[in-house]
Amino acid sequence: MRFERAAWWFVAPALSVIAVFFILPVLAALAISLTDFDIYALADVRNLRFAGLGNYVKLLETPLFWHALGNTLYFVLVGVPLSIAASLGAALLLHSRVARFKPFFRTALFAPVVTTLVAVAVIWRYLFNTRYGLLNYALGGIGIHPIDWLGDPRWAMPAIIIFAVWKNFGYNMIILLAGLQSIPEDLYEAARIDGASRWRQFLFVTLPMLSPVLVMVGILTIAGYFQLFAEPYVMTQGGPLQSTVSVLYFMYEEGFKWWNLGSASAVAFMLFLLIFGVTALQLRQARVIGAR
Amino acid sequence: MKPGFAAPLVNGALLGAAVVAVSPLLWMLSVSLMAPGEASTFPPPLIPARATLGNYRELFAHAGIGRYLANSVFLTAAVTLVSLAFNVTAGYAFAKLHFTGRDRIFKLLLGALVIPSQVAMVPLFLLLKHLGLVNSYGGVIVPAMAGIFGIFHVRQYALSIPDELLEAARIDGASEFRIFRSVVVPLLKPIIVTLAVFTLLGTWNDFIWPLIVLTDNSLYTLPVALASLSREHVQDNELMMAGSVLTTLPVLVVFVALQRYYIQGLMVGSVKG
Repeated sequence: MRFERAAWWFVAPALSVIAVFFILPVLAALAISLTDFDIYALADVRNLRFAGLGNYVKLLETPLFWHALGNTLYFVLVGVPLSIAASLGAALLLHSRVARFKPFFRTALFAPVVTTLVAVAVIWRYLFNTRYGLLNYALGGIGIHPIDWLGDPRWAMPAIIIFAVWKNFGYNMIILLAGLQSIPEDLYEAARIDGASRWRQFLFVTLPMLSPVLVMVGILTIAGYFQLFAEPYVMTQGGPLQSTVSVLYFMYEEGFKWWNLGSASAVAFMLFLLIFGVTALQLRQARVIGAR
Repeated sequence: MKPGFAAPLVNGALLGAAVVAVSPLLWMLSVSLMAPGEASTFPPPLIPARATLGNYRELFAHAGIGRYLANSVFLTAAVTLVSLAFNVTAGYAFAKLHFTGRDRIFKLLLGALVIPSQVAMVPLFLLLKHLGLVNSYGGVIVPAMAGIFGIFHVRQYALSIPDELLEAARIDGASEFRIFRSVVVPLLKPIIVTLAVFTLLGTWNDFIWPLIVLTDNSLYTLPVALASLSREHVQDNELMMAGSVLTTLPVLVVFVALQRYYIQGLMVGSVKG
């Protein structure tokens, strides 16, 4: 009994914080998303009315919401494969037996991950500058005309994707590197004896052995990329022509700029359901492939 | 591939990747030392004609960046210390102490990991407003005092502590808190340092929550202040680069000094998964 009480003292502080400031708000979010909570209700709760699924229905009729959803999907569908490809490439290079100065390169490649997103977004906003940006200057060197990266609706999202890949690839690189290091050397040995080329070793040893790690990295990266926010907030403010408004950016404006808190909660829940659904789908897919 | 060919190719590719990764940061440092307007020329200059600390002086004298720096330092220190205390005690208890419903509660916490934090934001804001914590340091600190990720990692690490060690201390008559302090904490030191670095970097870099909960200028953290300044000073690139240096340099220094713990934590956590 004495132990039981002591044990509760150990977990009580953390559990109460999580219960009051995370679990409770999540449950409340569901409730609030079913109300018309707005700036009037913020002033006086008596103005609050139950709205049923009204917020959800209204959102589905809002063009900007669909636009934000489309932009976010664009960011995820293009950004995640590019990010993971960059991470895998860098991890393979670092894992290579002939690579030198490994600790130095590892630190250098990882550095963008620890930087402050807002600060490096400010840097990249300038690198993307049409007239004075280094990127257009470098592209000019190979004969490409200046691109209005952040001012052209067709280029703003690709610019944000380039930035996100640069910022994030180091994180998955480390995780994939750990995965590569855990593949037993004798598998490669056996493949070599069978006369497998480097490329076939990669296809039939490295990739299958790495697949659990790749699945995990894929799930976490997709979930993270769905939460795009600070990049457009700093670099484009959602523009031009709302081409970089993400779901979370939309939620932020809906909730904390226009104070439509009921509607913002509905957006948050839909984003959650979307991430949850995609994650579940990936896990099922991974299990199907794993069972084969 | 011929063996003689592979080494230059691999190392060349690594060098190229490292240049891409690091050069924006070096360039930020370089532009931050340029005179106002110097960077807005074509072709873009790589190094300042005459290095000056004028931008930094300007930031401290007129943009109040000292205040934001102090806010960031204070909030990061407070969140890191408190959340470490809460997460480490809880993680240890979930691994090694027995109480009713322990495994059920732990499963529940793991399940809650799939919920993105944005879902909680609106009600959390209303709750903190009710408690009078909106627009105060407390609004940033209080919700961050414990985290499921931290508890999970400490628990995984603490599982490796041998029960016999704890039993022996109990037979000697030591209280549970005494055991925690003098036996458990020294054993958990590696994971504590790792978690401290993760929390420190995460809190320093956090943006959306401080942006929502801190409305008063004087309470802004560096990222929030920088975002707001950069919207006002779109043309003042040299000034903004100096602000970016002040924001990222502290975390880069911490990372380089403690990267052993950070990268190890990442690698171990991912393989044991």
